[in-house]
Formats: sequence, C-alpha cells, structure tokens
Amino acid sequence: MQDYLSILIKAVFIENLALAFFLGMCTFLALSKKISTAIGLGIAVIVVQGLTVPVNNLIYQHLLKEGALAWAGLPEVDLSFLGLISYIGVIAAMVQILEMFLDRFMPALYSALGVFLPLITVNCAIMGGSLFMVERDYGFGESVTYGLGSGIGWALAIAALAGVREKLKYSDVPDGLQGLGITFITVGLMSLGFMAFSGIQL
Amino acid sequence: MAQSQAMKVLTEPLVNNNPIALQILGICSALAVTNQVATALLMSAALTAVTACSNFSISLIRNHIPSSIRIIVQMTIIASLVIVVDQLLKAFAYDLAKQMSVFVGLIITNCIVMGRAEAFAMKEPPGLAFLDGIGNGLGYSLILVLVGAIRELFGSGSLLGYQLLPLASAGGWYTPIGLMLLPPSAFFIIGFLIWGVRSWKPDQVEEAEYQIHQVHRTEVV
Repeated sequence: MQDYLSILIKAVFIENLALAFFLGMCTFLALSKKISTAIGLGIAVIVVQGLTVPVNNLIYQHLLKEGALAWAGLPEVDLSFLGLISYIGVIAAMVQILEMFLDRFMPALYSALGVFLPLITVNCAIMGGSLFMVERDYGFGESVTYGLGSGIGWALAIAALAGVREKLKYSDVPDGLQGLGITFITVGLMSLGFMAFSGIQL
Repeated sequence: MAQSQAMKVLTEPLVNNNPIALQILGICSALAVTNQVATALLMSAALTAVTACSNFSISLIRNHIPSSIRIIVQMTIIASLVIVVDQLLKAFAYDLAKQMSVFVGLIITNCIVMGRAEAFAMKEPPGLAFLDGIGNGLGYSLILVLVGAIRELFGSGSLLGYQLLPLASAGGWYTPIGLMLLPPSAFFIIGFLIWGVRSWKPDQVEEAEYQIHQVHRTEVV
C-alpha cells in the first residue's frame, strides 16, 4: 500500500511529467490560455493516461517482453522492438474507443471533452507515460497508480499555468517576449517551484 | 525558379519559420535532452533523419491515402522509422541512447514530424518534402545544439565532454552553475532565445491580447 502511495506522490509532484520531464509541452503551451480549456484537457489526459498505461503494461508484460511469450511455447522470443508501434497503436485505438463510448453513453462529458480527445493521441505525455512504465518495469497495480498519478500531475500543471497566464495577459510584457517567450519563462519559474518537492524522500 | 524554391524550403525553417521558436512544435524533447551537447546532437540527427524520411515517404503515397485514415497511416510510417532509428542508436551509441531513455521513442509523438507530414508532405512532391523535412530538422537542431552548448558550458564547464573551464573542485577557477543542469534552466534559455530572435526579426512578435493604455501625466492634468 505504501509502495503505491509513494508512486502516486512521486508521479504527481516530484516527477511531474510536464515540469520535470517536459512531456506534452506542445499542447501544454498552446492550450493554456484559458482555465476552463486547461481543466477540460487536464481531465481528458487523466482519463486517457489512466487507461492506456495499464493496457500497455499488460501488452508489454504478456506479449512483448523478453521471455513473455513462454505461455505460447516461445520462451526465447523478444518482441520488445515492436514496443513503440504497439503503444502508439493502443493509444490511438483507446482514444477512438473512449470517444465513441462517451458519445454514446455520456453526451455531457463528450461535449466537454470531445475537442480535446483527438489531440491527446499525439500528446507526448501519454506516450511518455507508457514508455516510463516500460523502462521502470512496473507491475500491473503499479502501472494503474502511475498512469493516474502522472495524469493528475500533468492536469495540475496545466491548470496552474492557465491561471497564471489569465492574470498575465493584463501585464506589460516587452514586445519580443510577448506570447510564447513569457510563457516559457513562466513555466520555468513554475518548474523551479516544483523542484522544491524533489527533496521529499519516500 | 525550382532551385530557389528548394533553397527557400530548406532555409526558411532555420530562423524565419523556426519550428521551436515560432511554430511551437516539438518542444518536449528539445528541453529534455539538452543538458549535454552530445545528446542534443544525437537527438537532432535522429529527428532530422526521421522527419526527412517520413516526409519523403508520405509524400510519395500522398495521392493514395484516403483522407479519413491519413493520421493512422502517417503514424504507422513514422513509428516504423523511429523503431529503425531506435535500434540503430542502441546498436552503435548504446551509452548515449541509454541517457536519452524514453526520448528517442517520443520522436513518434514529436509534433514536428506529424506537423510537417500533415502540413507539407501531404501537398507537395517528394523531393521538396524531403528538403522541407531536412530544413525543419535543422531548424530544430540549431536551437537544440545552442541550448545544449549553453547548458553544458555553464553547468559543467565543458563542451562535448572536453573540459573548457577548469572547475573549482578540481583546482581551477570556475564554479559551475548547478541550476543550468536542472529542468527550469532549459525553459529560461529557450524563453530568452525567443526574445533574442524576435528582437532581431520584429515581424515575429505576437500581438498582445490586451493593449495597455498609455497614460501620460500631462493628459491627466
């Protein structure tokens, strides 16, 4: 139990995907102008991340890993080079299924998240989550925790950045820094703030 | 004419339409692999190769891809190319590939590759698309190597592993700035680079959302 808790806290704060690993930066910078948009996107990321990381974990542990095909009588086969293409396929498929599912059963949520879902396929945070899960060789339970935690961390970061940027649009920024430039500096300062968590030992 | 167009496609993304500084594409990996020049160089080479080849192959089959499934077709081509690059790096530069950990795989979701495939390769002939891929790859590399050089020089006093500034801990005079090796500095450096580029080329400056009204004291009185 404590193990899961520490993975969760670590994924949300210490190893925040956006601020410590720079993942999902493109959407992070492009869609953080309004808090409502940012929160919508954040929730979509949590949901997709919480689904794809465990699914990719199952695929890795039972199909791709070296020796994972032992149950099929092929103990020497190592398919891990097929990892990248399978993960991205899984992500694209999961997003598509989620979109259809929401459209059919939860139209309110669909209309709120609908526009963001296709964007998420190419969000590096989702792919990055799966790759980190593989690199650290998480088990199934750990991968569920990590998926949710890293999604929450990303959502937290984008919501906070949107809050800062909404205030910032009334400030007098030098011409050259206007827009993208000042956003980078802001994210840098936020990342500096999040570094404070790195002293936490779990 | 054809010559000058090819030249334009190749050089435009370097400064005037830089993928990182202006198009906000592919920033994720740009920040993560730049604490050393060596990884930055390797990453640039990998990305340039993937962008150029994917642009070329997508452009070759552009008239045969049904538009409803084009994203998944592009994704498959890109993913296959990245697997090739990943395997090559693991074979010939294992230590560096290990340091770059997941970021080689993340070239798949790098928006530069997807963005150029969608915006350029789907419309233009293969030759030009190939050049566009190289151009954008180079624009990306330029920023990456620049940031990598700044971070490595000030963060550990060396370039490409050669000690240029003798460290205080080894009897020299230079005290390294530890912050340079940490994530926040990458954001600051790119922010300042963008500031520099836009002061040099003022037409890249973004419009302010709210114009702050200039109040002169004389008007009030």
